[in-house]
Amino acid sequence: MIEIKNISKRFGKLPVLHKVNLECKKGECIALIGPNGCGKTTLIKSILGMVLPDEGEILFNGRGIKDDFAYRSQIGYMPQIGRYPENMSIRQVVEMIKNIRQHKTGYDEILLNQFLLPQIHDKRMSTLSGGTRQKVSASLAFLFNPDVLILDEPTAGLDPLAAELLKDKILSEMGNGKLVLITSHQLSELDELITQVIFMQDGNVIFHKPIEALRIETGEDKISKAIANILKKQAA
Amino acid sequence: MNRIIQFIILDILKNQIVLAYTVLLAAFAWSAFGLEDNNAKGTLTLLNIILLIVPLVAILFSTIYIYNSSEFIELLTSQPIQRKKIWWSLFASLAISFVIAFLIGAGIPLFVFADITIAIMMTVIGCIISLVFVAIAFLSSILSRDKAKGIGVSILLWLYFALMFDGLVLFLLFQLSEYPIERMMVGITAASPIDLARILILLHLDVSAMMGYTGAIFKDFFGTTYGLIIAFGLLAMWTAVPFLISLRVFKQKDL
Repeated sequence: MIEIKNISKRFGKLPVLHKVNLECKKGECIALIGPNGCGKTTLIKSILGMVLPDEGEILFNGRGIKDDFAYRSQIGYMPQIGRYPENMSIRQVVEMIKNIRQHKTGYDEILLNQFLLPQIHDKRMSTLSGGTRQKVSASLAFLFNPDVLILDEPTAGLDPLAAELLKDKILSEMGNGKLVLITSHQLSELDELITQVIFMQDGNVIFHKPIEALRIETGEDKISKAIANILKKQAA
Repeated sequence: MNRIIQFIILDILKNQIVLAYTVLLAAFAWSAFGLEDNNAKGTLTLLNIILLIVPLVAILFSTIYIYNSSEFIELLTSQPIQRKKIWWSLFASLAISFVIAFLIGAGIPLFVFADITIAIMMTVIGCIISLVFVAIAFLSSILSRDKAKGIGVSILLWLYFALMFDGLVLFLLFQLSEYPIERMMVGITAASPIDLARILILLHLDVSAMMGYTGAIFKDFFGTTYGLIIAFGLLAMWTAVPFLISLRVFKQKDL
């Protein structure tokens, strides 16, 4: 579904991505993990066309995304830090995005309603807490029933109840054969969701493995321990 | 009209500064014609006000507005919308707002008091000057992520075009008064949209006789249809070039 071929990116002198190659298929739930500043968000933004790679190409359903924009109608993106026009209310933001996208088939407002956002929809974005903003971001990502979900640190800042609701939603979407790409530091929260792990460090992909292979290889059940195990082996 | 433009214009209206600017322009225009005993003098007074205020408000408001829209722009880039369309919509919205503000604020009194040819000329030129400075605002705000720097560049550009350029021209005139530089002066005015606008209107006000030999040369050049077309072409370039450069940069920008 998404193929990343040899992409590199520098911000000025700083190399952020170095010849990254990846392939993501339908029905997978991929955890993109790695230390801070390893290029996870840059990789995600490259897929979205918000960051333009210096080299290499990204294919979405077999077609290059360079100079294309329509493919983004099949992606729901939840940013790490949702930035919204501060003087707009929640309802205005949702209505505006609906208006601009002119989506033909129905909206998926399950998460929007579960997060009880309609009750506070006249609040301005500037008055919202970080967690509520995250809820708005998550609701918007799922709103148009996209084939691909890209969630950057989805559970950071969410209360346990909301995080649980979001996890259930991700699980049910995976059941519908969608591709889900998640970055997170809270590995324990991901255990029940993910099928694949991509580990990045300093702009390089260290490994990309199915979770089962990882468990067998390391003999650990928890993802966090399995990864720690691999890293130790590499250091040795 | 596309939905993004509709949305941004609504946002600009809610902001109210452009409305205040319209009222301010109207107040200046009506009082300029009301205080001067003849309409030609009133037109001159208004011309000077317009050439000072329109560029200032257009460039400053647009620059700050573009910086403040960074969240909005970022939100839209993750949606299935062409980047080109986002930037064009932003430009169109600001341009439409300023043109309408000028038409209402200065256009109406001009058509009420001034001769019809002068009124048309000044209205058209006021609108073009608005467009030019909105376009320059796009260029100065795309060149730096730093808001203070971008706004600073805009202020400096305004100072240069509105005040310093005339000083430089005067300086050149005095320093080189021994030489036949009158023809060169025609070329130099092309380097400032405000001066181009001023000369175009002054020539239509028939006060060029007061500008001496240089005035006569100007009249010879800009007075003809050919010269007029070139002058408007230059003003159009002053809009197109800064905006298209900013569009190029925006399309390649990492957000």
